[in-house]
Amino acid sequence: MTTRPLGQRARITGVGDTAFGELPGSSVLGLHAEAAAAALADAGITTREIDGIVCAYSLVEPHLMLSSVVAEYLGLRPAFSVALQLGGASGCAMIMQAALLAGTGRCRHVLVVAGDNRLSGMSRDGAVAALARVGHPQFEVPYGATIPAYYALVASRYLHEHGATMEQLASIAVTMRRHATLHAKAHMRQPITAADVMASRVIASPLRLLDCCLVSDGAVAAVVSAPDAAAGTRDGRVAVIGMGQGHTHEHISQAPSLTEFGCHDAARRALGEAGVRPADVHVAEIYDSFTITLLVELESMGFFERGGAGPAIVAGALGLDGTLPTNTHGGLLSFGHSGAAGGLTHVVEAVRQLRGEAERRQVRDAELAFVHGDGGILSAHCSLVLART
Amino acid sequence: MTAEGKPVPVPTAETRHYWTACREGVLSYQHCLACSRPQFYPRTLCVGCGGARLEWRASRGLGTVHAVTVVYRPPTAAFRPEVPYAVALVDLDEGFRMMANVVGGAPETVAIGDRVRLVWEQRGDAVLPQFTRAEGGGR
Ligand SMILES: [Zn+2]
Repeated sequence: MTTRPLGQRARITGVGDTAFGELPGSSVLGLHAEAAAAALADAGITTREIDGIVCAYSLVEPHLMLSSVVAEYLGLRPAFSVALQLGGASGCAMIMQAALLAGTGRCRHVLVVAGDNRLSGMSRDGAVAALARVGHPQFEVPYGATIPAYYALVASRYLHEHGATMEQLASIAVTMRRHATLHAKAHMRQPITAADVMASRVIASPLRLLDCCLVSDGAVAAVVSAPDAAAGTRDGRVAVIGMGQGHTHEHISQAPSLTEFGCHDAARRALGEAGVRPADVHVAEIYDSFTITLLVELESMGFFERGGAGPAIVAGALGLDGTLPTNTHGGLLSFGHSGAAGGLTHVVEAVRQLRGEAERRQVRDAELAFVHGDGGILSAHCSLVLART
Repeated sequence: MTAEGKPVPVPTAETRHYWTACREGVLSYQHCLACSRPQFYPRTLCVGCGGARLEWRASRGLGTVHAVTVVYRPPTAAFRPEVPYAVALVDLDEGFRMMANVVGGAPETVAIGDRVRLVWEQRGDAVLPQFTRAEGGGR
């Protein structure tokens, strides 16, 4: 593993987001533009300085070449343009792609932007049906499973093997909501209790409504800059010091294990490149599409012993003053989830924490952040290690 | 997928034999002649060794539940009359895993480790493999 001096790593120099929640009258491209403008303003640069663009996808306004469409909409004429699709891993993978471009000097300022408006732009039934097609069309979809059901299969196996309790899963949802109450833009800010979670209706056993992430409208953007280009931005201190991916399957019926996933390799690669251990991380922003997602990932990535995350979380480990403050913005469970932009909210929150701009959510002396996204059914994984230099 | 009906699998070149066998009451899987790995779903090569010499074998249709969930919020209106229903990952005795519903009996009583046996569901032009409890079913 080659470790490059910090000064040679790509920097995240701008972050921006729109409101999250129900945004009637919004358009997908308009949301992209609003988030992009916020990120550019945050970086203190103009569209003319952007020479690379990385986009993802939209379910509401599908385009075959979204990065071209967004660049045209914004009036960009980039030297590099790509749209990638890795589900919930897209956010971290977009930053990784941008950092590979900026870190090698291929681009000076890369715009990363994603957004969707599935809440106001399509019916709830339409969103559920569209997302259910993530399953294998011949060998899974005919059996009537949904995304929560695919994750519920993971939960059933995890609970069977490690004896975790529904109280422990509920504690994750409660912690995320507590963090969201401290974020003015969060979709859900009404405090909840573990009893509320366990009394919410069953979606796919053992997962209940409040074990599941939200469906929100919203967009998120970031500017990733070359090390020398970062000097001309408002705040170029946050460096991407480790990146890694791991991929084991697409369909859950093909997963080699239901308790160990590609996040293990992604985190090992990213932490290894950064030269740090899980215990060194000050703040973690980790994909939480369901409560079980976060529980399984925290253990698979080495932040807790097998079977150890549940009891630790009940004891407050993920809180702002816990041993591993996690999803300080409220995560997908409470801040909001807007397609590929959902995973980018974790990146934005990590940058704000490292800059000391997280207001009432600020983790004291946060200098090292770990960010993780997963797509599919714990299929595609990407980890990032960010540091304040 | 049809708007009103439950989804019916549309065979592809590599799965046509499998779905034809289902219509004849045979649950088939692939066996790699190079490394002896059982394989499901059907592909043109072995994911274990990359070999292309695969032969079809017939499963006895007996397996064990590896993971199970009961769906209350269905993906489409077509499944609404069925809720709640059990979706499981079943490990067949021949060494491959597949997804299916476990039908018969109360779905919430389906548990990891339950022994299940193959049953068939006619759906449109297709015949789908499903499972039911092999012993103690219908509790
Ligand atoms: Zn083989």
